[in-house]
Amino acid sequence: MVNIIWAGLIIIAILYSLLNGNIEVINNGILTHATSGVNLVLEMMPLIILWTGIMKIAESSGLLKAFARFLNPILSKLFPSLTKDHKALGYMASNIAANMLGLGSAATPFGLKAMQELQKDNPKKDTATEAMITFLVLNTGGVTLIPTTVIALRMMSGSKNPTEIIITSILATLISSISGLTLDYIIRRRKKK
Amino acid sequence: MNILSKIIIPLFVFFIIMYGVKKKVNVYDTFLEGAKEGLIMVFHITPTIIAMVFAVNIFLDSKFLEGALSFLKPLLEFSKIPLDILPMAFLRPISGSATLAIMNGIFINFGPDSFIGRLASTLQGCTDTTIYVLALYFGSIKVTKSRYALPVGLFADLMGIIAAFIVTFIFFG
Repeated sequence: MVNIIWAGLIIIAILYSLLNGNIEVINNGILTHATSGVNLVLEMMPLIILWTGIMKIAESSGLLKAFARFLNPILSKLFPSLTKDHKALGYMASNIAANMLGLGSAATPFGLKAMQELQKDNPKKDTATEAMITFLVLNTGGVTLIPTTVIALRMMSGSKNPTEIIITSILATLISSISGLTLDYIIRRRKKK
Repeated sequence: MNILSKIIIPLFVFFIIMYGVKKKVNVYDTFLEGAKEGLIMVFHITPTIIAMVFAVNIFLDSKFLEGALSFLKPLLEFSKIPLDILPMAFLRPISGSATLAIMNGIFINFGPDSFIGRLASTLQGCTDTTIYVLALYFGSIKVTKSRYALPVGLFADLMGIIAAFIVTFIFFG
């Protein structure tokens, strides 16, 4: 599916620009966008390395497990296929907490690490497990309680009340996440039958 | 709100290190071990990120979306939905930085406290970039068969976008 979208984006872009006589922009793009990609990697790299290091300490000291156990009543309902003290649960809990606080860049390393732990007991390494998909849906729903970037930008643009959109964002987020998780749940139930 | 977001990370780091020291973990060696895993992780996600950034950026360069959406213009004027918000709604699942740029443009043209400014803020805050997150997370562990993940993720996005429109209308309309 990502396969099709990836190809689609590129094919549409090139065809449309050819028809519009706008191909020079694409020509430049092909030459420069790999650099943008590398720049993004370089931006993320220090945080990923730092956080995986710090979180390893939390993992070894048992803190991660304690945190996972604390959130267990909710997580065990969402991830019935995982054991109660599965390592991935601690990373997922940290990921969700960071996302909720609007610390998106701190959330990514936790999410990647959670996926790695889930992959360890995946029988078919090239195929996503149910737990992986549920986690992904939870993540892409973006359970943001404090959209820090948006608030900062509103403030800089001279808004009289930069934080007034928090409540509308939370409501929209909740509806998005609940819809996604519900559909995920229905699909899982139907597959079991 | 601002103070909270400033002290939460330092406190978090402090607590993890303190707890590690208390539990007699060799914190320095453990950090290095984890950081090494992080470096390998970066190595694994680099191709995915380059692939996605490339495809999304040349798609944005082509201005295809603007062209396609201009056909919808009469319909939208009729339904009172601001036209400038549409590219943002469509791009939300694909690129976070692109929608952030559009939102900023809306702030400059209409002001952050206008109806469309509030709608853009809500849209930006309500969902994450599904396609990017999916490619990144599954790419990092070499999962290529994502099964039903994308349809469910996009469904959640769609519901979030619809909800953002409705909620903004109710609160600020």
